[in-house]
Order: sequence, then structure tokens, then C-alpha cells
Amino acid sequence: MITTLIISVLIITAISALLALMMVIADATVGNYGEVSITINGDKNLTVRGGQPLLKALVSEGVFIPSACGGRGSCGLCKVKVVEGGGEYLPTELPWISDEEKEQKVRLSCQFKVKQDVSIQIPEELFNVRQFDTTVESIVDLTHDIKQVRLKLNDPGTIDCKAGQFIQFQVPEYELTDEEVYRAYSMASVPSDNTHIELEIRLVPNGICTTYVHKHLKEGDSVTVNGPYGDFFLRDTERDIICIAGGSGMAPIKSILLDMAEKKSTRKAMYFFGARSKRDLFLLDEMKDIEKNMPSFTFVPALSEPLEEDKWKGEVGLITDVVRRMSENATESEAYLCGSPGMIDACVKVLTELGMPEERIYYDKFA
Amino acid sequence: MSDMLFPLAVFFAAAFTNNILLTNYLGMCSFLSVSKEIETSAGLGIAVTFVMAVTTALNWVVYHLVLLPFGLEYLRFIVFIIVIAAFVQLIEMVIERYSEGLYFALGIFLPLITVNCAILGASLFMVIREYSFMTTFFFGIGSGLGWFLAIMAMAGIRQKLKTAKVPAGLEGPGIALIIAGFMAMAFMGFSGMIAIG
Repeated sequence: MITTLIISVLIITAISALLALMMVIADATVGNYGEVSITINGDKNLTVRGGQPLLKALVSEGVFIPSACGGRGSCGLCKVKVVEGGGEYLPTELPWISDEEKEQKVRLSCQFKVKQDVSIQIPEELFNVRQFDTTVESIVDLTHDIKQVRLKLNDPGTIDCKAGQFIQFQVPEYELTDEEVYRAYSMASVPSDNTHIELEIRLVPNGICTTYVHKHLKEGDSVTVNGPYGDFFLRDTERDIICIAGGSGMAPIKSILLDMAEKKSTRKAMYFFGARSKRDLFLLDEMKDIEKNMPSFTFVPALSEPLEEDKWKGEVGLITDVVRRMSENATESEAYLCGSPGMIDACVKVLTELGMPEERIYYDKFA
Repeated sequence: MSDMLFPLAVFFAAAFTNNILLTNYLGMCSFLSVSKEIETSAGLGIAVTFVMAVTTALNWVVYHLVLLPFGLEYLRFIVFIIVIAAFVQLIEMVIERYSEGLYFALGIFLPLITVNCAILGASLFMVIREYSFMTTFFFGIGSGLGWFLAIMAMAGIRQKLKTAKVPAGLEGPGIALIIAGFMAMAFMGFSGMIAIG
């Protein structure tokens, strides 16, 4: 009995070992493509082990390409332009590549294997993008439907971003989604606090990520995010600025204002915060603090439908009307807007009517 | 039947009367999911034929030279799977390295084949039916070609199906399964011709 057992274990081990040995030999000979170089955007040079997928090679060198499926070829997000050394398309790439992209030599980087020296093109901003393992440090109710989520960065431990940029939040599988999904949120935290990310997330009925954050996420949970992305950040000029944002659109504006206050900016700044009634207002104390630290800043909350019991003494009316009434010197200022497409379009219209050139209006539209 | 002719008879039987797909219903998942285009079906069919021919022969050697002498027949399931997986990996590496063209035609189907139950099925039939090495080799090729034939026929029918009016509830896998059933019945017509097994 014992001998049969020992023999069967030995035989299985021997067969597996023999096959494994063959695989190792094959990997070292047939599968060995030596070292190849990847040239990014014509100047940056990476030397990587050949034969591995481009996505993996880039990630191992610290260049993060957004991908939702983790390299299985099922999300079609990790597209990269391979200018030289691309070769033919793989059948596993074709479902994701349009004819137009074929002409531009766009490849799916998780499927395309680097077997020779290649030259690729990726957007500059991606050089700085990383994936972060984080822990939820706190979740605070800002209003009845907006939560402030503060994440502590674990690995990597710090983020290098500009005030106003956004990150992508990874939602794991749960009842509303059977695969991981990513949703973009602006960072509300000041860039100098580079070990934390703060998000302001408003509950959207049946929203995959917002429901997850509001109903499931707890303090101490792990969250994966990647970023930073986006060109919504304070331009380095001397102009006065006008900020307009309501609800969770406050996030990037708050980040910009905190950043300005910290840097002792003397630029004149006004922030128009539109809300329906008093229960939709939040972080008023923080705004007062910023006003205190930066004398050139004025916070203008405005209610469109104040209730009796609100006893509201501040500005009343649609935010566009308040902006039209109160903004000074619009022709020489620049504007930063964050909010829904409808609100942005209405504000852009008012600002251009006030004489602000459209190229000086920066906005972050979210659907 | 003479010994000389037996392998040939098995070859034809495996391809037609005992078609591994249509009489044993093995290798169904890739048969249903990859049969949408004739071109890809052909690629997969050729890959299956190749892998089946080589792995059944390989498994015959392992079974008769290693497992039988030690009285370890009951280990054949796990050993066959290991051999098939390792062989497919190996051949994929070789093809990827040395033949770009073949890799594009065949290579991407190889990982799919590791988990194709028809491949394991052929190895197990070879044991149950006590084939000699020569017969096993012909059986492997025949089974593979039979599978190839079945998926090509299916792909052809599905091509026609694109313009046909299919009741809404039967679209996709539903109608494909019904067609597979009809094809299996048609293949039953061959069953009187040669008998094996």
C-alpha cells in the first residue's frame, strides 16, 4: 500500500519535473529574445527583456498604461501607438482596433509582444501616472448625499500631482457590477499633502461607483486608484480668477484654492458656489479659513431655492445670475469651472458675454 | 480485418462514424464559440488536428512505458492533462519564435486547445479501446480531422444563418445547439459503415 503511494508520488513528480525542465530549457532558448529597447516619444529609452507583452514591460519600468482588465485583452483600454517594430496585428487585438487606428498603428499593449526594438508614442502625462494601493482613512458626510473619502497612500506612498487633477477609482466586483470598473474623481486634497488623496463623491442613484462608496465602503478598506490625470489645473499667470462649481464639483476648486493659499498667492480669486438650499452647502468653515489665509479670496455661496427655515441672508438666484451680477473685471480674468455639462455650458455663455475670452475658461465637465 | 488495414479503418471511423464531436459531443465549447467565421474555424481545426495527433501518440508512450509497468493506470487523467498542457505550451513557444505566419494562423488557438476536452477524450479512448501505437496515431489524426470537418460544416451553416430569420429566443447559442443536434443525427447515418470501439 505504502509502496504504491510512494511510487505514484514519485512517478507524478518525475513526469512533472521532466516536463518542467523542458519548459525551463525552452524558455531559456526558444523563448529568449534577449534584451530589446523601447523608445518612448522619440527621446526616452528603456531596455527590457524581450518576448513579454508591451503593457507588462512598460509597467515594470514604471510607465503606467491605464487598463481595466489587467492584461487579459478584454477591456480594450491599453492602446498604445507603436510607430516602429510593430509587425502584424494579432487576431486577439483586432476586435478593439478600428480601421482608423490601424492606419495610426495603434496596438493593444497587453497583447502585443515586444520581440525586437520598438518605438512607441504615449501621452506625456502618462509618464507620471501610477497605480496606488490605498487604505480608507476616513469617510465623512458632507451633506445628505455627498461623502468625503480620505485615502492614505500605501504603495507607492506619495503622489506627485497638480491641484485640480483627477484620479481613477477602481470599483471591485460587487452586486452592481460583475467586473472591475473605473470611475474618475477629482482630488480635493492639496498637492503638498502628498501621502493622502481626498475625494468628494455624490450619490448618484444606481451609479456603480457612487453606490459602492456610499453603501459598501468602510474605513480601513483597501482601495486601488490610478492617476493623476487631466489638464484642469491652475495656470501660472498673474490674472484674477473666477471659480464656479456646485456640489461635489467643489473638489478640484478646493484643491486649487488650498494650493494658492499655501503658496501665499496674491491673485484675486472669487469662488461662486451654487446650491439649491442650505442643506446642500458644505465645508463653509474650510472656505472661511482659506479666506483668512488668503485675503485676496472671496467665497460666494448662493442658493437658488432657499427654504423658510434656512433664514438665508447671502446671495439668492441661479449661479449664472450671481456670477453676472458680482464678477468684476471678467475681461482680464481667467475662469475655472467644474460641474455638469449643462451648468458648464451656461457658465461659459455668461462669462463670454461678460467679455472673457473662451480660451481662458478652463473646465472639468462630469456627466 | 487484417492488422495492416485496422489503423486505416480506425482513421476513417474516427473522422466519420465515431466523430468525436458529433457522436461523443466532446470539444463543444470551442466548437460553439469559434465557429462564427470559416477562417478562424479552419485555424482552430488544424490546430486541434495537429495537437490531437501528437498528444495521443505522446500519451500512448507515457501510458504504456510509464504508467502500465508501475500499475498506475488510475493516474492517467492527471498525467495526460499535464502532458497535453506542457506540450501545447512548448509548441506555442516554438511556433511563436520560428514562424510568424504559422503563429498568426495557429498560435493564438493553442492556449484554447489545452482545455479542449476532445483532446483529453482522444487520449482516454485510446486507452479504453486498447489501440496499438500505430492505430493510436491514426486515431488521433482521424479524430482531429473529424473535429475539423464538424467545425467547418458548422461555420458554413452559421455563415448562411446570418441572413436567415431566426426566432428571437433562439438566436446565438440556441440555434447553434439545435444545428449541432441535426448534424449529429446526420452523422449517425454513417454509423453502419465501419464499427470501432
